[in-house]
This record gives sequence, structure tokens and C-alpha cells, in this order.
Amino acid sequence: MKARNITERIMSVIFIFCGMISIVAVVGISAYMIISGLPAIKEIGLTKFLFGQVWKSTASEPLFGILPFILSSIFATFGAILIGVPIGLLMSVFLSKIASPKLASAVRPAVELLAGIPSVVYGLVGMIVLVPLIMDVFGVKSGSTLFAAIIVLAIMILPSIVSVSENALNSVPKKYEEASLALGATQIETIFKVSIPAAKSGITAGIVLGIGRAIGEAMAVMMVAGNVANMPKLFGSVRLLTTAIASEMSYAGGLQKQALFSIGLVLFVFIMIINVILNTLLKGGHKDAN
Amino acid sequence: MKKILSISLAAVMCLALFAGCTAKETKASPAADASTAPTAATLSGTVSTNGSTSMEKVVAALSEAFMAKNPDVVVTYDATGSGAGITAATEGTADIGLSSRDLKTEETGLDTTIVAIDGIAIVLNKANTVTDLTIEQIASIAKGEVTNWKDVGGADAPIVFVGREAGSGTRDGFESIVKVKDACKYEQELTSTGAVVAAVAANENAIGYASLSGVGDTVSAIKVGGVACTEATVLDGTYKVQRNFNMITKQGTELSAAAKAFIEFATSDEAGAIIKKAGAIQK
Repeated sequence: MKARNITERIMSVIFIFCGMISIVAVVGISAYMIISGLPAIKEIGLTKFLFGQVWKSTASEPLFGILPFILSSIFATFGAILIGVPIGLLMSVFLSKIASPKLASAVRPAVELLAGIPSVVYGLVGMIVLVPLIMDVFGVKSGSTLFAAIIVLAIMILPSIVSVSENALNSVPKKYEEASLALGATQIETIFKVSIPAAKSGITAGIVLGIGRAIGEAMAVMMVAGNVANMPKLFGSVRLLTTAIASEMSYAGGLQKQALFSIGLVLFVFIMIINVILNTLLKGGHKDAN
Repeated sequence: MKKILSISLAAVMCLALFAGCTAKETKASPAADASTAPTAATLSGTVSTNGSTSMEKVVAALSEAFMAKNPDVVVTYDATGSGAGITAATEGTADIGLSSRDLKTEETGLDTTIVAIDGIAIVLNKANTVTDLTIEQIASIAKGEVTNWKDVGGADAPIVFVGREAGSGTRDGFESIVKVKDACKYEQELTSTGAVVAAVAANENAIGYASLSGVGDTVSAIKVGGVACTEATVLDGTYKVQRNFNMITKQGTELSAAAKAFIEFATSDEAGAIIKKAGAIQK
């Protein structure tokens, strides 16, 4: 009896310890980002840092304006959503409602595999295939552009959108759809007017998840976007928040390095906001279901 | 700092592995040299080096090999910049100052040991018909004043200028030699020599710069002012886009045995292959 109690106790301590690791990691990383990100912002000035349009970190009179990075990140993410969401949504409708179970079971693993491909592979394919293609098709002088980043990100966020949306569509009660069909609506009408509205909150969660993935991606973007700190132009070379950190970190020193941490802090805040939105949406979703 | 150093050391090692695959080794391998070299009395202590960020790869590779040979010696390296390195040597805060520029006339009381020469090749796509540019032409291309190849004797096509990220030694070297510091208009900023070469190889209208050792045969290294970029022209000084990697020591101060041995090692034949793998040429 006693021995069992001791095992129970020990195990529960181990469980608590493992549970705490994630909290400690999150709190630790947050604290570290804030502590190491603030000094440069203080030295440069918050408005100069966030709204400065020129980034010249190693010039003799360095300028640390990250507005180009912020805007490029937002534009790239928005563009990826614009392309990725319609495709992802229709793909999930196809998987959930239209495809025969046999076909769906062939397509679904393909989409899941898409999520498993390392981002550097996306970058590599983008660099070798997509960038020259953009150069030829659009007649621009260099294919390493914001547009290339958007296309790569749009493909990368598909799995997040598809898997979450498909789950949401699958959990729409059958009776809703049957009622719609019984009233004489076609299958397409039923999908767009009944199923999708009913799965709205789940689909939105999928989109927000996709936004999170797109804004945090560095490697693939770095390989296709050209990395020049320009204000964003669709067919111009851009640098995103993530790539700004990744491309300069290896040689950085002094204020430049601190400023890179500050960029990390800005990115961190962005991701936090997205997570808060995601959590509220998911909670809202549960309310709907009840 | 230590982490970054060890990561970069690892990176250098990895690069060195690949360099070994392609480069034709004329010098005997370091291992073979080491066995024939007289076994020095056991050295110990710390050798502090301080200065040029451009020399990071060379110094990291040299100190790694040196520390492998002399396990009791620790070679430290602070990446502060050439000016700070010269100051450190003058003030005696470092044993060896590292400078990727030569000493100015007012910087006296110092000894310079040239450990390596960094030749920066100007690379074009193979399809480009331009074979020769002057330094002035390169400067105006870099600054975005010339934007079409026809203005420098090529086809009627836009120029795509590809370079390295801020903080890169090669970028610093190129920009200071061509005198376009902080004035460059890049189309792409990439994080390695290999990426620049790949980008130039992929775009017919691209021009970029890369360490001579990293050029390979997928792109063409053009003549600058009529001089081809080869090891020989870099060594005899006729190829202009080059600079010295110097070790600066203070005159009249006795160096520690370990520091002396490190400089000797850096200028030895044995170090030639190491320096080459790190992207420069031994003087």
C-alpha cells in the first residue's frame, strides 16, 4: 500500500516538473527577449526604431529604422493569406465534403506531408525553380522579390489552413446539411451557405494559424526574397523581420546586435498578438458548438 | 561570444571540408607538415588577438590549428574592427592586433606581419559578354549610377548587383577598396560567398563579388582594369581589388613565446593550406 503511494507521489512530482518545463521556457524566453530587446530601443528611440525607413546597421553613421521590415513582413503574410486561404479553404471543402473517402485518404497525407517538408527545402526549390520563373514570366531583372516570398509562404501555410478547416467542416452536424439538402438546396449551395458558415470559427482559427506560420518563417524567405532593406514593392527585393535577424546575426556586434534583439522583440509581440487572437477564436468556437 | 566563435569555427571547418573536395592542393596537407616540423617545446598561456572582423575566418582557422598543435595555448579573438585592433596593439591590451588595412603613416611604433592577402573577384554570369571593368565602372554600378550593361560595353539589359550582408568581411573589403562604403544599391544581399555565386550563376544580368577562393567555374571572374583575377596577380599586386590581412605587434615589446609562435605558425608553409581554405592567399 505504502509503496504504491510513494510511486504515485513520485510520479505526480515528475508530471508537475514536466508540465512546468514549458512554462519555464516560455517565461524565460519572454523575459530574455524583453531584457535584451529593450536597450537598443531605448538608445535608438521607439519611434525612430519602429517608423524609421532606413536600415544601415554598419554604416559609419548607422541608422536603425525597421519600418521596411515590419511592412514587408505584413505584406508578405497578407499576400500569402490572399493566395493561400482560398486554395486552402476549397481544398478542405474538397477533402471533407466532395472527395470520395478513398480519394480523400490519398490527398490528405499529401497535404500533411507538405507540413513536414523542412522550410529550407521550400527555400531551395523556390530559389532554383520559382525565382528564375518569376524573372522570365514577369520580365523583372531579378526574381528574388516579395512576390517570390508570397508564393512560397502561401504554399507553406496550406497545411495549417487545410487541416484545421477540414476538422471544423467535419464537425458541422450532419443534420444541418441534410436539412439544407431536403429544402432543395444543391450541394454547392449547401457547402457555401450552410457548412462553411457553420465552421466559420474553426476556419478562422486555421487562417490565424497560417498567419502565425507565415510571419515567423525565416529560412525559406531568406532564400527567395533578396534580403535588401527596401520598402516593400511586389517585384522588389525585401527583407522581413525574421530574415533581418537571421542575415545579420552572425557578424553583428554592439548596438547592431542589440537592435537585432529588438527586432526579435517586435516579432515576438506580433506572434503574441496572433496567439491571443487565435485563443479567443478557439474559445469562441467552443461556445458555438455548445 | 564564445558560442559565436565556436559556431563560426564549426562553419569554417565545414567549409574547409568542402574546399578540400574541389581545390587542387599544391601544398602538402597540414598533417604531413606537422609530422616533419620540429617538435617545439611545450608552449602554454594565452595569445590575445583583437581586430578586423574580415579576418575572422582566417584567424579562427589558424588559431584552431595552432591550438590543436599546442593544447596548452589558448588563442582568443575579439572581433572589433581594424582600427580597434591597431589601437589594442598600440596600447598593449592585445598581444596581436588584426588589421585588414595597412597602417597609416601616423600609426608608428608598430610592426606589420602580412599573414594573408584577400583577393575579391568581381563575378558575372557566364552569358555576360563584358570581360573587363575599371574600378570606377564597378563603383558606379555599385552605387546604382550605371544601371544598364550597355553603358559599360555589354548588351542592353538591366544590371543586377548582388552582394553580401552588412557586417560581412568581403562586403567591407569590396566597399572600402572600390570606395563605395555605405553607398551601395544592392538588388540582393546574401549571407555567404556560395549564395552570391549561385545567384550570379542563376541570373544573366547579375554582377557580384566573392572571395577569390570561392569563385569556382559556374561564374566568370572578370578582369579589373585589364588584369585577370588569379592567385598570381593578387600576389604581385597588379590585381587591384585586394587587401592585406595584417598582424600588428608593438615595437620594442617582447612578445610572449606563445604569441611569437602563433605569428610564426601563421606565416609558415603549413599555414598556407589553412589560410587558403579560409578564403585568402598566403603572402
